[in-house]
Amino acid sequence: MPQTMIEVKDLAKDYGLVKALRGISFEVPAGEVLGFLGPNGAGKTTTMKILTCFMAPTAGTATVNGKNVLDHSLEVRRAIGYLPENTPIYTDMTSLEFLQFICSVREIPHNQRKKRIRELAEVCGLLDVLAKPIGDMSKGYRQRVGLAQAMLHDPPILILDEPTSGLDPNQIVEVRELIKEIGKEKTVILSTHILPEVQATCGRVIIIADGKLVADGSPDQLAAGQSKNSYRVLIDPDKNEGSPYRGGNGSLVRALSVKLESIKGVKSVKESGGEDDAIGLLISADGDADLRREIARCARDNGWLLLGMQRHHATLEDVFRRLTGKKASSAPTKLESTKPKAEDEDGEKDSGAVSASESKADEKDERDADAEADVKVDADKADADKADADKPDADKADAEEDEAVEEEKKEKSK
Amino acid sequence: MSVGKTLTIARRELGTYFNSPVAYIVISAYLVASGALYFLQVFLIKEATLRDFFAVQPLLFIFFAPAISMRLLAEEKRSGTVAMLFTLPLDDWDVVIGKFLAAMSVMGVGVLLTLAYPITISRLGPLDWGATIAGYVGLLMMGGAYIGIGLMASSWTKNQIVAFIIAFIGSFGLYLVGKLLPLMPASLAPMLRYISLDTHFANIARGVLDSRDIVYYLSIIGGCLFLAKQSLDSRRWR
Repeated sequence: MPQTMIEVKDLAKDYGLVKALRGISFEVPAGEVLGFLGPNGAGKTTTMKILTCFMAPTAGTATVNGKNVLDHSLEVRRAIGYLPENTPIYTDMTSLEFLQFICSVREIPHNQRKKRIRELAEVCGLLDVLAKPIGDMSKGYRQRVGLAQAMLHDPPILILDEPTSGLDPNQIVEVRELIKEIGKEKTVILSTHILPEVQATCGRVIIIADGKLVADGSPDQLAAGQSKNSYRVLIDPDKNEGSPYRGGNGSLVRALSVKLESIKGVKSVKESGGEDDAIGLLISADGDADLRREIARCARDNGWLLLGMQRHHATLEDVFRRLTGKKASSAPTKLESTKPKAEDEDGEKDSGAVSASESKADEKDERDADAEADVKVDADKADADKADADKPDADKADAEEDEAVEEEKKEKSK
Repeated sequence: MSVGKTLTIARRELGTYFNSPVAYIVISAYLVASGALYFLQVFLIKEATLRDFFAVQPLLFIFFAPAISMRLLAEEKRSGTVAMLFTLPLDDWDVVIGKFLAAMSVMGVGVLLTLAYPITISRLGPLDWGATIAGYVGLLMMGGAYIGIGLMASSWTKNQIVAFIIAFIGSFGLYLVGKLLPLMPASLAPMLRYISLDTHFANIARGVLDSRDIVYYLSIIGGCLFLAKQSLDSRRWR
């Protein structure tokens, strides 16, 4: 077990009546790159400001490198390199002057200063602008000066508040690489609301929302904590005379669910986003297996009309959206406990954005399955058309509507 | 607290003063005002003395000291550099004293340049150099008190204008107390005389360096810097 570099316990901070932090606890072992995620105003910067001894917590304790931030403020500050939000640095100095100033405040021995500044200027790409006043620099260069400043004294802990904000895409990639590189030997906490950044750089993610910790785990674990695959299907259970699915909508859904849940790998089935004459179901599945074929087969075997099916891959973005949205839960979510909740809230959350998050690798796969489903649906439609012939007009209209829906789905899948 | 860090802060601060037009504008304005006011008098009274020069200083400093000191901490707060500065391993005293020394240096440069006046005057008539030097020492002391008040005001706000106005009111108040002495109740007079910036300087301007006056100025400086430090520190109070 590596040494714990940062320990935060029940940290709370009030700004007057506003509760910025409502008791968060976490630990960071040495050599970890921790991503701090959260919407604006969630308390990321506040936590960082407390860890860097810029202000005191209202309650709770924070320990950095074994030292309490309140009692050993100077030692803690010596051990930390901090890049504050928006990179506030003295604009009237040149970057060389500024780095020299930091060297002298950080009491870096005189004979090493030149070497250190040169090294970091190289690493951060500042060699060309060392003589330029910081005020004349672009945001990206300013950010680099800020990064160089934070690493100048070779601190064991780096705290970076939105290190890539204001950088162009090339610079973002460079900075991420840099952070990854640093993360190999140092403990890094970085805050961001750019999710791919976390996936790219962090070994672990903490999500805070509304001053509370809502998730803690590696990006993959968090995404996996969501039931990894879910399928949205639209089924017309073919309510013909004598069909076993006649009756109230509730019992219909239950009957469908029972059949679907018998498919191997299906974890739960929940009603969501139905249409007038079709039932929308959200099927959550365990594991990576693609269950679309099984679901389609199940529909065929039971004589349901499968009007649409969409596979949905959970991403960190989903986790973030779910945890930090209005319905964020109050209890911190540790990996295991995310699963039951995923079911509870997926329904409402997902209805907005069904597709879009499918990865490219799955695309071809999906098309194949859709083709298969389409064939089946077409066959069903032929049957349905026959039935329609001796049905009242209202039903015909509905069928036409369903067809329209189907066309739309096909369009989408293309 | 460490001397090295304090001087680092002072040096950086001084760089900011002289990299921007602030120091040049304030110093030139001060020199024009004090020179004009002095030389209008000195040719009238036809005496080689700096008394009239010193006499206008308490009033002039009310304008110029806050102009120098207003940006010291307010600007750091406004631009957010406080987050950088106070997460560096610096004691609050390093920052407060460093900034104080920087502002004093700017004021010192202005005061130093006025040495042209006694040098000019001493060529025109016999100048009492002892009284003059004592006067200059007193001038710097009084300047320190004004800068201290200004630094304290600057630690209370992130708006430089507000810092200027608070410092202006504070130092003008301490000046006025001495001038309004005759109007005050007799029982309060000794106390008010003691707290007035002006009465203490009047002694010095006459060429009398009294330890009481020095103690007064040093305690104003110390008190203000302490309050400024407390104000910075309050951020870390629970």
